Amino acid sequence: MSTATAQKKGFGATLWDYLTTVDHKKIAILYLVAGGIFFLAGGLEAMLIRIQLAVPDNDFVSAGLYNQLITMHGTTMIFLAAMPLIFALMNIAVPLQIGARDVAFPFLNSLGFWLFFFGGVLLNVSWFTGGAPDAGWTAYAPLSTTSPGHGVDYYVMGLQISGAGTLIGGINFLVTIVNMRAPGMTYMRMPLFTWTAFVTSVLILFAFPALTVGLFLMMFDRMFGANFFDPQMGGNHVIWEHLFWIFGHPEVYILVLPIFGLFSDIISTFSKKRLFGYSAMVFAVVLIGFLGFMVWAHHMFTTGLGPVANSIFAIATMAIAVPTGIKIFNWIFTMWGGSIRMTTPMLWTVAFIPSFTLGGFGGVMLAAAAADYQYHDTYFVVAHFHYVIVGGVVFGVFAGLHYWWPKFFGTMLSEKLGKLAFWPFFIGFHLTFFIQHFLGLMGMPRRYWKFLPNQDLDLGNLVSTIGAFLMAIGAVIFLINVIVTSVKGEKVSGDPWDGRTLEWSIPSPPPFYNFTQTPLVRGLDPLWIEKRQGNGKMTPAEPLGDIHMPNNSFIPFVMSLGLFIAGFGFIYQVDDKNWLIVGIAGMLITLGSMFVRSVKDDLGYHIHKEDLEKGAGSE
Amino acid sequence: MAKNTNSTSYEFYKQKNKEEMKYQLITFALMIIFTLVSFGMVIAEYNPMFTIPVIILLACVQVGFQLYYFMHMSHKGHGLPALFLYSGVFVALLTVLAMVTIVWW
Ligand code: HEM
Ligand SMILES: [Cu+2]
Repeated sequence: MSTATAQKKGFGATLWDYLTTVDHKKIAILYLVAGGIFFLAGGLEAMLIRIQLAVPDNDFVSAGLYNQLITMHGTTMIFLAAMPLIFALMNIAVPLQIGARDVAFPFLNSLGFWLFFFGGVLLNVSWFTGGAPDAGWTAYAPLSTTSPGHGVDYYVMGLQISGAGTLIGGINFLVTIVNMRAPGMTYMRMPLFTWTAFVTSVLILFAFPALTVGLFLMMFDRMFGANFFDPQMGGNHVIWEHLFWIFGHPEVYILVLPIFGLFSDIISTFSKKRLFGYSAMVFAVVLIGFLGFMVWAHHMFTTGLGPVANSIFAIATMAIAVPTGIKIFNWIFTMWGGSIRMTTPMLWTVAFIPSFTLGGFGGVMLAAAAADYQYHDTYFVVAHFHYVIVGGVVFGVFAGLHYWWPKFFGTMLSEKLGKLAFWPFFIGFHLTFFIQHFLGLMGMPRRYWKFLPNQDLDLGNLVSTIGAFLMAIGAVIFLINVIVTSVKGEKVSGDPWDGRTLEWSIPSPPPFYNFTQTPLVRGLDPLWIEKRQGNGKMTPAEPLGDIHMPNNSFIPFVMSLGLFIAGFGFIYQVDDKNWLIVGIAGMLITLGSMFVRSVKDDLGYHIHKEDLEKGAGSE
Repeated sequence: MAKNTNSTSYEFYKQKNKEEMKYQLITFALMIIFTLVSFGMVIAEYNPMFTIPVIILLACVQVGFQLYYFMHMSHKGHGLPALFLYSGVFVALLTVLAMVTIVWW
């Protein structure tokens, strides 16, 4: 077991290894692959939407299918693509950056992944069972509560299950960062990516329960005859909007904060400079996280909250632009006077700064409550959030993958292909979304199936579709890069970028126990300090000794599978109560595996000092 | 020498535990009294506009007692859990406040 990773293994053994793994680096790969596949699915949906809107009065897809496409595109991209890709980056980097051997709860880490995965699969099964959800990713009541068929039921169950996974993942990272930092790694010496992962995890902890509650109420409304959102029965549908956005606004920061951290690390590495204003950056992240909870009603300005509530939320929203601005300036000041290397990660980063800033400008315009009566539910909003999410999160994921690819797989993505993928994507992105601002100002509503000819909307929409195709070309080139790189399989050193933080002090890919000896951290950018003032290697903080490792486990998979099965039972018991048997059977599988986990002692195993000296596990 | 420090620290902890025990007993007694008062007010059929706020207040104090005297949050090294707890309370209160003021009012 302990030296298993070193040998070449057959396909079956590798598959089993990944199904049972509790190693944060392998879980990162699982998140990457699953998130990548869902990203492609969401991208395909986006292309279909843009084809439908390429020309006026188009009949490429039917109205009903169109609603399913926009709903699934949004839901998939946020919950099943962006979230897991962020988790992939956090999993690969956070334990390495703080000098830990794994996350605090490896078993829970695997459980979090499998819950997310089965929730996502459940959601997508709806395509094949009579129609996907069609009430928008926001699923406003009463549209969602009265939507016929089972589409929205799949939305409720799928998000509930994957949401539980995300919550588990968030708590795991909190505990990891609080408890597992290497000696000397004080809070104010943590790399910015770890800091932002920490704040994001706090946001997950506080925001996801609101979604859980909202989905729970909706589940009862749709499947068990409750009336929480039905005004005629004494309910109130605005409650859904509040619950959704109390979760939903922090969610957008959950996505973008780790990316902020990642860009900070990248900029500092490739400018060969310490991050400008480190403590101001940390302060800004915490402040954004804090303010993020007090602005959700800016999505509801036109709901009729009244002028007082609207003004309060408008001002709170604009306040967020201040810490965001601090960060933008600090990034620029970090580059200022640095010796800049324009590698692919840096290219995405430099492109991110103006793109994201444009999105922020759009946001501040939207935050003016009175003006929002004009913008709301038009393409202006669509332009805004794609600028921040694509220009922020997607650019960031590309940058992060290029940056940490050596830590994922031990190889380097080709720089040439990386830059070749960047340009069509970057140009396509601005073509697609910049013009949507104007479509929105001209009054084109979002989520409409078609628009009429000769209303000055034709050209703008065509340009937007052409841009979307350019983005698709960029994404395909990236995929080719991945394939070419893995076929070539050229191994690289542990520190190909001349890095500053702890993850670059160990081989690529790292041995499964990460650090043979826990490193001693002497300041911010610990590896850089050793390169400048020491011998370029981390000083160990402990003598070489046995390493305690957790055992692999298949239980997380089974636990999540149980909930997946139960999901179908609950969805279809609406038609036929016999389906409740399936629901109960699924719950029994889950509870049974929880029981097994609780009563069976699983103490892990030790890698012995002698084996470590012989180089166990390093490849 | 080593033995000596050991015994003084033993004495010190004994003293400390005794003190803690005292606080736990006092708070335990107070909590029972609070509960009796709450029930008493309901049985005596005071005006609900008075009874309900008072019961909520007493409940909050009891939660504080629980956290600080029984779950040892007053001890050192519990700063972070306290921070998270209060942030959670803050977010929850904000939610409830918003619901009360802009949905149901
Ligand atoms: C300066 C910062 C920002 C401000 C002032 C801002 C403001 C706003 C406002 C007022 C709306 C509502 C518009 C409407 O529906 O009429 C909105 C929508 C949205 N924003 Fe932002 N925003 C900011 C940053 C971000 C970031 C960083 C993200 C994500 C990474 C984001 C994602 C979204 C999304 C997804 C929506 C649309 C949700 C929907 O209706 O489907 N925003 N923003
Ligand atoms: Cu928002």
